Amino acid sequence: MNFLRYLIRRILFVIPLVLGITVVAFLIANAVPADPINANLPTNALNNEELVEAFREKWGLNKPPIEQYLTYLGNLLQGDMGVSIKTRHPVRDDIAQFLPATIELASVAIVFGIFLGVSLGIISAIWKDTIFDYIARIIALIGVSFPVFLLALVGLTVLYAQWGIVSGPGRLDVIMRDPPHVTGLFTIDALLNRDWDTFKNAFSHLVLPAMTLALYISGIISRITRSSLLEVLSMDYMRTARAKGLKERYVITQHGLRNALIPVVTIIGLSYGNLLVGSILIESIFAYPGIGRYMFRASTSQDFPAIMGVSMLIALIYVGVNFVVDILYYFLDPRIRVG
Amino acid sequence: MSSISSITSSTPESGWDRSASAVFYHLRRNPLVIVGLVIVIMWLFIAVIAPALSPYHPLQQNLADRLQTPNADYLMGTDELGRDMFSRVLWGAQITIPAGLAVIIMGSLIGTLVGAVAGYVGGIGDELLMRFTELFMAFPTIILALAVTAALGPDIKNAILALVIVWWPSYARVVRGLVLEIKSQEYVEAAHSIGAPSSYILFRTILPNCVAPAVILATLDIGNAIIVFASLSFIGLGPDPSSPEWGRMVSIGIDFFDQWWMWLFPGFAIASLVMAFNFIGDGLRDILDPRLRGES
Repeated sequence: MNFLRYLIRRILFVIPLVLGITVVAFLIANAVPADPINANLPTNALNNEELVEAFREKWGLNKPPIEQYLTYLGNLLQGDMGVSIKTRHPVRDDIAQFLPATIELASVAIVFGIFLGVSLGIISAIWKDTIFDYIARIIALIGVSFPVFLLALVGLTVLYAQWGIVSGPGRLDVIMRDPPHVTGLFTIDALLNRDWDTFKNAFSHLVLPAMTLALYISGIISRITRSSLLEVLSMDYMRTARAKGLKERYVITQHGLRNALIPVVTIIGLSYGNLLVGSILIESIFAYPGIGRYMFRASTSQDFPAIMGVSMLIALIYVGVNFVVDILYYFLDPRIRVG
Repeated sequence: MSSISSITSSTPESGWDRSASAVFYHLRRNPLVIVGLVIVIMWLFIAVIAPALSPYHPLQQNLADRLQTPNADYLMGTDELGRDMFSRVLWGAQITIPAGLAVIIMGSLIGTLVGAVAGYVGGIGDELLMRFTELFMAFPTIILALAVTAALGPDIKNAILALVIVWWPSYARVVRGLVLEIKSQEYVEAAHSIGAPSSYILFRTILPNCVAPAVILATLDIGNAIIVFASLSFIGLGPDPSSPEWGRMVSIGIDFFDQWWMWLFPGFAIASLVMAFNFIGDGLRDILDPRLRGES
């Protein structure tokens, strides 16, 4: 199958999914709350008949459901997700402000997480049923069993408060100034500005929250790596490679890992969802001003428009990441190209 | 006797059909599974007799003794209102364990039913049901639950309901696959040929064969349900703030970061229970690996 056909097929698969997400979001936003007006407007606006009427008009609440959905979709396509009750800004603007911080955190976390998870999985598989295997599996089990907020608190207590080897809450030390805004990612912006101190500081603030998230997602990644590599190791072509007299390291990396990592890529895509979810818990603990903390605050203050906006955004990112994984698959798995 | 029946009743290509005794044999030999079982039974026991075990009432405030470090009177210290942390942690088992179980039981029942019907009727009905199921899977678990709870209002029943809404789809997928497989078996054809009605075939001939896999999936899943419930409650979308729910207690404890006992003990309670369930789940997964590999 050529690449273009594959790409088109994947896109055709994604479109109904994205539409479906908007349907589910619409149903939750308009059908589930007892009164959408109550849920979407701040209390003091409820007494203002004009504001209520304007809201009803804008979201078409006095029209039949299908039309309501189309209005909702139309507003959404213009990037209009309503106004946050708590911050009083359009949800779109809030998201634009807080998203870069989360992208930065999630990117560092996914790199740490893949490295940790894949390494643990390889150790487990190569030294199956030895003490290394057990230790690696227990670390992985801690990652999936300990609530991520507990990992964060223990990390803060030991590594920050007791030992002081990493920076604590926030994106930068209080005395530091934000780097000039280019991408919104502090480390990149600092680098572009050749400001090494800011870069180091921003990175050191990222280490602890990113490591916590990494431990959280590495559990699943290492489990899949282990079982996938174990399966590959038992294949005939592995025996052939050894029989040819290839060095063990070469056999494992070139013949084993290359084949074993294909299912791992899928799991990394799925883990990205966990990462975004974890960031809601982590960012609030680390007072890290990203989309997760925004979501946390919205949830604790019943800020319904903000909750719906971020939920949809996260679902869309999730679909997007898995779309990219599907595309990667084309290049990783020759069976798709041929079959 | 049991070995003969296990041979005759099992089809070699299906990993589910290992006889129960073989599964138990392997489980007993796995030390982590034993540890897991012991911890789970301990927590179940605590949940039942929490009122008798705990020295104080979990809601009883004693402002004179607020923020005490763990000591002989207060084994796990006290919180900002002088409530005994030890009693609160014990009572917490009564909230979190039933909540996790409720999510799993209801989610698996609904999912099994949807999946079974989809797989059995096939065609357009199957398509519609499965596309509907996929919509719910497009959201990362807790996000959808968060949105639903926010819409319904924070409350323990709503949190459980929201989790059931996000939990059933994975069961629907697995059971549908199984039903498709079982549908083509000869004994189903036999039931058809003697004129058994569709509902009888689905519920009496096919579904009983899906019970074991669904139960195994549920066992693997309980730890996850508990952790997600605790997270929802940590965010403030679970039971009301005063209740001794573990996740909630940790989130209150964050404001008292230096009083580590306020967040560490409830946090460990969640971790120990979830880890125990995962030990058991991991043991089960090892035994049944061929089918479960690649799913998380």
